[in-house]
Amino acid sequence: MNPIRVFPEWRDRPLDQVLGACRELVENANFPTVKRWRAAGGKVVGHFQVYFPEEIVHAAGVLPFRVRGAPIEPLQSDSRFGSYLCSILKTSLELALSGRVQLDMFVTHPICDAARNLAGVWGRNFPYRCQILYLPQNATSPSAPAYLRGEYERLLHDVEAVAGHAISDDDLRASIAVFNENRALLRELYALKRRAPWQVAMDEAYVLVAIGGMLPREEHNELLRWVLPELERRTARKLDRIRVVFEGGFCEQPPLDLIRAIGRSCYVVDDDLLIGLRWILEDVAASGDPLADLAHAYLHASSYSPVQHDARKPKEEMLLERIRGAGATAAIVTAAKMCEPGLEEQVGYVRALDAAGIPYFVSEFEESMTSFDHLEIQLETFVENLMFD
Amino acid sequence: MANGDSIVGRGNAEGARLFREWFSELTDAAEAGRGGAYVFVMGSVAELLRCFDFPIVFPEVNSLQTAVRHVAHEYLDEAEDYGYSPDICGYVKADVATQLRGGRLPMGRIPKPALSICTNACNTYIKWGEIWERTQGTRAFTLDVPGSRAADLSPVRGDVALENDRRYVLAQLRELIPVCEEVSGVRFDIDRLRESLGYANTMNRCWARVLELNRSRPAPFNALTDGTIYLGVSNSLRGTEAGARYFVDLVEEMEYKRDHGIGTATDEEYRLIFVGVPCYPIFRRFGELFTEWGGTFVNSTYLSFASGGANAAFEYDLERPLESLADGLLHSVRNAMDSMFFQTDTLLRMVTEFAADGVVYHPIKSCRTVSTGLADTRRAVMERADVASLYIESDMMDRRVVSEAQLKNRIDAFFEGLASRKHQAAAS
Repeated sequence: MNPIRVFPEWRDRPLDQVLGACRELVENANFPTVKRWRAAGGKVVGHFQVYFPEEIVHAAGVLPFRVRGAPIEPLQSDSRFGSYLCSILKTSLELALSGRVQLDMFVTHPICDAARNLAGVWGRNFPYRCQILYLPQNATSPSAPAYLRGEYERLLHDVEAVAGHAISDDDLRASIAVFNENRALLRELYALKRRAPWQVAMDEAYVLVAIGGMLPREEHNELLRWVLPELERRTARKLDRIRVVFEGGFCEQPPLDLIRAIGRSCYVVDDDLLIGLRWILEDVAASGDPLADLAHAYLHASSYSPVQHDARKPKEEMLLERIRGAGATAAIVTAAKMCEPGLEEQVGYVRALDAAGIPYFVSEFEESMTSFDHLEIQLETFVENLMFD
Repeated sequence: MANGDSIVGRGNAEGARLFREWFSELTDAAEAGRGGAYVFVMGSVAELLRCFDFPIVFPEVNSLQTAVRHVAHEYLDEAEDYGYSPDICGYVKADVATQLRGGRLPMGRIPKPALSICTNACNTYIKWGEIWERTQGTRAFTLDVPGSRAADLSPVRGDVALENDRRYVLAQLRELIPVCEEVSGVRFDIDRLRESLGYANTMNRCWARVLELNRSRPAPFNALTDGTIYLGVSNSLRGTEAGARYFVDLVEEMEYKRDHGIGTATDEEYRLIFVGVPCYPIFRRFGELFTEWGGTFVNSTYLSFASGGANAAFEYDLERPLESLADGLLHSVRNAMDSMFFQTDTLLRMVTEFAADGVVYHPIKSCRTVSTGLADTRRAVMERADVASLYIESDMMDRRVVSEAQLKNRIDAFFEGLASRKHQAAAS
């Protein structure tokens, strides 16, 4: 059990203040919890979106930090990139170049053509190990689990080098247990969103998930264990709003103000925001070979996203299933500007929604956008059309 | 033995003829209602597909041809009307429109996709395969070829991680064979694979030799323009007798030109390295903007990654064809990926070995795979080598983001800088 705690602001305070503290933490581009972790002598492995086996880093006593950009100006990183790229690449590198976050290792993934380049770009700018974790793209190959286990073992040795000590199977099993609890708590939060969305606003649920990427996971669990019953207990009025699913937040994140604005117009009863933190859908076995168990879970007990090809999970069918499962009547289909996988997926999503007769609202966003008036009016019009149809 | 007149220029003329023939065969296959195997230049596994008599379709090559023939905008518009964003890969969109048009292209017609094999060398390949899967029910096979994990990680044979990758690639090839048999109706014959690998060996060896010969001064060919013709043959006829013969002849031509001091049509003033993908919407003019100043492209990263890493000259072991194909795929596709993601050392080597005066970086809107790291690579190369460089952005497909006037201004200024460098060097 990791003894370091880096987020005291939420303790012994009422629910609204706890949620406010979470919101401030998510919006703070200086990532104070990471700084506190380092000040306590801890090391940090930064991992780019979407999915990363955080358990391997956690088992070494190192903080896995989710690199997901930030609403900041890419003053130094802009010159490292070309023109036609998504914002998250630039702001993620900016966080490191500007010293807002200090890492001991950086890992990216072949989720898209741009993100894979980050290992090279990052590696040319920092002395620490910057690498690509090759998660399998042939997910249905019978050889994929063994390959992924081997790839995780390779990563584990690199993390051991950062930590300065070996990681045992028992260390891994203990971390898997911590993350299993975390995933269970997040599932509980999403169950509440679906069951009684008036009890937890879209932006509240979002910040409760997002802080997981910047805290020791034990601390995140402590917070969620306290918050969830409080959310259930709070007095909130059920409003006459349509239930929608939000799709398109798997990598670059919409600004929190945009999430809040969407939540004002409708009940978002399910979404793919920060799906990497919720990628694995059930408890990972913690009794056998832990790396094999993690590999199995990634391949066979996982969610979907535009950045993983898996013939068992056609994305449009998964979206329809998400909509049905959440009892939603409409969808918001978004993509980050210049996000190739997201923009390509929109076409398939829209055609499937048309075929299923499910109304949808299509838009693009950027993490650094500051004006939502136009988008909010469009969304409200969409919602009103549905309500008074 | 051919004489000089019949040798010089043969590679371009024969390349164009072979390319037309290949497309004519595709048209015949489409008209006969046969399905094609859709593959990509990085990891096409054409060597294996030849065993199943598939018409082999390279959608990237077809798409770029629409740009070279100045009709890409019609295809892009059609795909955008269908719903695709202006901000995604132009190759994908041109193919979407091609499929909507029943496979019709300016050069002929291509068969429908019966099978697609998408390596992960470019993530867009996989998204592209998903489009055919959705719209045409195509059998999609993702061939996962793990790349280098970092610039300084070059595992040697026997390395645990490399062995893990090799086992994975080999296992996938074994899974692919029954899929090919099922789709084509042709039984796998390992002797046919052996034959095809033998031709590919010749092509690989010759490709590396052709590149090497361009170190001579003057360079026998222009890597941007002539090189693209050779690339077309390298991909479309990979693993065939005709392809092997073409490249043996091409080596002969280049050696003849080197021995006789014959360069390109340009009086070579400046030797340049090209990094990225050419500007196909104004392909000829784009080349002229450099040759008019005496600039000759002596090598390019395009000739590495767009050849699927053929420049790495992997030699298949014909005694163990399938295992060796897996080794070769891993080696060659990884080499292709390295020339995009971890290219700093490669460029520094090229500058030295090819005595380059300058490096031209050409990131394009359409392709994040190639373009994302170029600005930072340029910075890194400049820190380690005293070589002039130019950074110009446009596109490989979309004329809306190609400004010839702006390109010319930047290119002219670059050459003025090169001239000034030359004068200073001469003076000192």
